[in-house]
Amino acid sequence: MGVIGWTWTVVAGSFVLYLAIAFYAKVRSPVDYYVADRSVNPILNGMATGTDWMSAASFMSMAGLAAVMGRDGSVYLMGWTGGYVLLAVLLAPYLRKYGKYTVPQFVGDRYYSSGARMVALLCAILISFVYVGGQLRGVGIVFARFLGLSVEQGVAVGTVIVLAYTVLGGMKGMTQVQVAQYVVLITAYLVPAIFVSLMLTGSPIPPIGLGSTLTPEGAAFLGAEPGRHLLEVLDRLSTDLGFRPYTAGWKPRLDVLAITAALMIGTAGLPHIVIRFFTVPKIRDARSTAGWALAFIAVLYLTAPAVAAFSRAGMLATLHGKPGASAPAWFQEWQRTGLARFEDKDGDGKMTLSADPARNEVTVDPDVLVLANPELARLPAWVVGLVAAGALGAALSTAAGLLLVIAAGFSHDLVKSVLMRGLPDRAELWLARIAATVAAILAAGMALHPPGRVAEIVALAFGLAASSFFPVITVGIFWKRATKEGAIAAMASGVLFTGGYVGFYKAVRPDLDAAAHWWLGISPEGIGAVGMLVATTVLVCVSLATKAPPVAVQDLVSSLRYPREADAHGALDARRAAP
Amino acid sequence: MNVDQRSAYWRRNLLYIAVLLSIWAAVSYGASILFADALDAVKVEGFPLGFWFANQGSILTFVVLIFVYVLLMNDLDRKFGVYER
Repeated sequence: MGVIGWTWTVVAGSFVLYLAIAFYAKVRSPVDYYVADRSVNPILNGMATGTDWMSAASFMSMAGLAAVMGRDGSVYLMGWTGGYVLLAVLLAPYLRKYGKYTVPQFVGDRYYSSGARMVALLCAILISFVYVGGQLRGVGIVFARFLGLSVEQGVAVGTVIVLAYTVLGGMKGMTQVQVAQYVVLITAYLVPAIFVSLMLTGSPIPPIGLGSTLTPEGAAFLGAEPGRHLLEVLDRLSTDLGFRPYTAGWKPRLDVLAITAALMIGTAGLPHIVIRFFTVPKIRDARSTAGWALAFIAVLYLTAPAVAAFSRAGMLATLHGKPGASAPAWFQEWQRTGLARFEDKDGDGKMTLSADPARNEVTVDPDVLVLANPELARLPAWVVGLVAAGALGAALSTAAGLLLVIAAGFSHDLVKSVLMRGLPDRAELWLARIAATVAAILAAGMALHPPGRVAEIVALAFGLAASSFFPVITVGIFWKRATKEGAIAAMASGVLFTGGYVGFYKAVRPDLDAAAHWWLGISPEGIGAVGMLVATTVLVCVSLATKAPPVAVQDLVSSLRYPREADAHGALDARRAAP
Repeated sequence: MNVDQRSAYWRRNLLYIAVLLSIWAAVSYGASILFADALDAVKVEGFPLGFWFANQGSILTFVVLIFVYVLLMNDLDRKFGVYER
């Protein structure tokens, strides 16, 4: 069986598995559908949260970006992991104690205002919708590259699959499916990385291989003396061609700082991640869920810089100066899809790699590196199929989590609590399913006609989350005096500030989108960190200028701080502690 | 819990948060970004130290910080009789 045959087999097999799991989940009530009956084991919930979190960008693009950016690629490595510390200590346990279903519901209760709840709902749907479109686009691209479909057909197939299991299984089914998806995607990521690491450095653990010395075989492959450190050889290969040393940083420090902070804070404000902490039985489980989620995410994130360095070194050593006609097979294969290109500018028939764009003749799309890895390491065809299934699993799981936020927001926050208060549970459940379907179809439409580049849209989602939800939720938990006027003003100013800054440089004046014109040199990607400060300042100032919240609300805030109530003798009052 | 115990519990929690987040910021913003160039002068195995923090050290620290918080808070919950069984 060829590569395409194997890929179809592995991908179809994984889809059948996901659908079967969702079918057997048997969702009966809204509490099943929104928060999986609050009965998810924290280790499994951590694994599912990790899968929910890791999207097509983590799986496909991150290693490629790190390969190009060197040490500065750490903005993504740290930015997409550091937020879990914030979640564990500032949000998760308190939101679990609150014990309801959605983020807008918390905002509405904490700020005693259905107006605040509606603004929060609008933010949640906007952020999730922007994000889900990007994921479905990623699904379409994977189908197009590996399975010979068009991007449009790929988006359609992906939308149907993700809908089938979110509509059927809700949070309960999705959590179980995501556990399976984690196994698929982490195997797909690790297997090629381990083989490449063994070949180059003799270490079966890629993150350790990254700091190791080269084996004779690896040295021959990279054209260096054996016994030298891999990173030292990579720095030399880079500087010989006029690139910056791989291990050095070159972006302005302030911008690196801002982007890292914006991504971290955005992580802690993204509604599809925050709701995961509603699904565990106990408050202490909410804390440990954050730990397990990050541990499972770290397996991939610690492997990514190794994959980045291995493939960067392999690319520089095996392509530069070689005749274009005898380029490695993987390069020729990707040339056919247009994602790898060789244009012979000086007409000598050889491939020249250079930091100087006028002389450089070879371009490789960063997304290709992870996908080409199995072929670089000459692994069997079924591994290529596994990588395709892993990339699809990563994109589908994130899309599913986001659709659920939109569905819950519509049926629970809008219809059940505002429009039709007496709605029976069964009807609410069906309404959530219909909302998920409509949202998926709209998002598929957006995936076919994206309003900008996927990476830019995703960066906008993070900036908005960082400058709306994060300050409103954390200040609301830690400061009783925060008022509804403050919260509404904070969300509005945060979204306007960040959205305005990004919109100005990406849509109104894209010609000015360069470091020289940015405010303090902070890129649109990093402006969410400033937006968070703006929103927090507004929240504090407006709160102090308005009437203190009612006593009942201040009591609610106090109650969030204690996992359960205990009476004067220290005995536990189980009745009051029950959610 | 009486009023004193309640505020003692909360103050201790805030102290844990402040200490853990200071480490979080020092490792990620400090060692991996602001002081990375200086740390790069130190080599550990094949890694320049700043590069190692930016790529691996920070992520490993994040995982450890969360589990330390889990253990500290479980302990605090038991001490104040609010541990959930």
